[in-house]
Amino acid sequence: MKIAVCIKRVPDMDVRFKIAPIGNAVDEAGLKFDINDFDSWAVEAALQIKDKDSATEVVIVSLGSDSVQETIRKALAMGADRGVELKVARIPFDGLAIAHALAAELKGGGFDLILFGKQSADSSNGAVGAMVGELLGLPVVTAISKLELAGATGSAKREIEGGQEFVEFPLPAVLTIDQGLNTARYPALKGIMAAKKKPLDVRPAQLGEQSVSVTKMELPPERPAGRIIGEGASAVPELVGLLQTEAKVL
Amino acid sequence: MANVFAFAETRNGELRKIGLEAVTAARKIADETGGKVDAFIAGAPGVGAHAEQLAKYGADTVIVVEHAGLEKYNPEALAATVAERIRGGAYRIAIFPTSALGSDLAPRVAAKLGVGLVTDVTAVNLDGDAVIVQHPVNIGKVMATVKMTSQPALIGIRPNMFTPVENPRAGAVERAEPVGDPSASRVVVKEVKLGSSAKLDLGEAPVIVSGGRGLKGPENFKLLEDLAAAFGNAAIGATRVVTDEGWRPHSDQIGQTGRLVSPQLYVAVGISGAIQHLAGMRTSRTIVAINKDKEAPIFKIADYGIVGDLFEIVPVLTAAVKEAKSRG
Repeated sequence: MKIAVCIKRVPDMDVRFKIAPIGNAVDEAGLKFDINDFDSWAVEAALQIKDKDSATEVVIVSLGSDSVQETIRKALAMGADRGVELKVARIPFDGLAIAHALAAELKGGGFDLILFGKQSADSSNGAVGAMVGELLGLPVVTAISKLELAGATGSAKREIEGGQEFVEFPLPAVLTIDQGLNTARYPALKGIMAAKKKPLDVRPAQLGEQSVSVTKMELPPERPAGRIIGEGASAVPELVGLLQTEAKVL
Repeated sequence: MANVFAFAETRNGELRKIGLEAVTAARKIADETGGKVDAFIAGAPGVGAHAEQLAKYGADTVIVVEHAGLEKYNPEALAATVAERIRGGAYRIAIFPTSALGSDLAPRVAAKLGVGLVTDVTAVNLDGDAVIVQHPVNIGKVMATVKMTSQPALIGIRPNMFTPVENPRAGAVERAEPVGDPSASRVVVKEVKLGSSAKLDLGEAPVIVSGGRGLKGPENFKLLEDLAAAFGNAAIGATRVVTDEGWRPHSDQIGQTGRLVSPQLYVAVGISGAIQHLAGMRTSRTIVAINKDKEAPIFKIADYGIVGDLFEIVPVLTAAVKEAKSRG
């Protein structure tokens, strides 16, 4: 089996972001970057298939500047076989432009599965995976939290509002991964050493035309500072009063 | 003149609230420029009965596609049909829900049409030939203003941001056939399991009662269920620790990798307020926190905090809410 996993390098979100002087991006100075959470579960899903069938090849594809090589190497250290950087100076916001570049790389690659995370933590548009599937004419199942493969058929579970959907699809297919499918492994020291020698190709990204762009970024207004109204159950009557008269939600 | 397409989501033959939100958002944009609103509704035979409701909220025309093969979500047939209708309609904007269904459908349609898509949109405006939308990025810590220049621009609206408003129009029904054979789809939804119909969805519930590690075990969520029942219009949420521990299903998780919610009232019980959790609920209108640690970060964003033992406080709150409701 041959599996491609498309990953994105994103900033660590546990910081107070600043807007860059250019006004339509965050200031990247001092930010730490790592593989997007959902994408790490996509890598893990591919590696679990490889664990059962060692003939499986797992290829990591990431669009970005040369800094994505560090992120690709991490996925290689987890156990993927080789990587491809689709080089751009800056990752555009337009998901369809990105999808065109990924589809151009993946087309004709003979992949049985193409995996994505459900969405990225930074641009949070959640569209690229399904767009790539559509551009390649492949079956797409998004936001899956359970996956079973039997020959050329797959079945998956999707969480929907207040329930679950159980979906069947033929391979080859494009899947996007939600939380709950697995927990990503940490690279072992041996894997980190091995990853340094694994092939990592760099090619210019063939981005599609862009019709979506960020013109401004700003920090949303802070919530007014929190207020502790009291301690213990004796504070409950005041809380209920405030919910009725001030917040008017009761 | 801006004509707007609104996808009216249904499930099990029922129109979902987000469907009315899509029509409301579409009506507002169309009215700014004297354009018209076409609502689109698809499902098993009989689903067209909702056309009247869509007209009441502002649809000039309701495109109805009824087919037995559309009873459950049929992504390939629906994407082909929706794309065909949008292609033929000269729309400035096509509006989808940012829901489980809409998040799957909209990117397919955008790729088929070769047009831009922005999901999780909290506001929409026109600026000459461009469409300007607001879209939270970096787990809601930064707001992006995004310019879209494709015709049409596809947008997914965030639930609960466009309150449905009645604004009656003719709602002329136009019946259409699915594009292609719905039974030939490669991706097939075999089964849909829904919780009890009484259970409100987290994205739509006006009140959310949410529990964290402080609950100490799955059995203690009964306390939150009782509080939710006292409110009467509440859903139960949880933190990532709680769902990772298996105390609650993953579908209940609120946060960066779970659901993003903006209810009228969010009651955080035994939740310290990790960044991952705050990302999913910080846009709630009113936040109440109950936690034993007065230094917990949740108190920094809670409108009303009570410090103390949740096992003592929650039952008293439940009783007080019940009483307030009975007097209300």
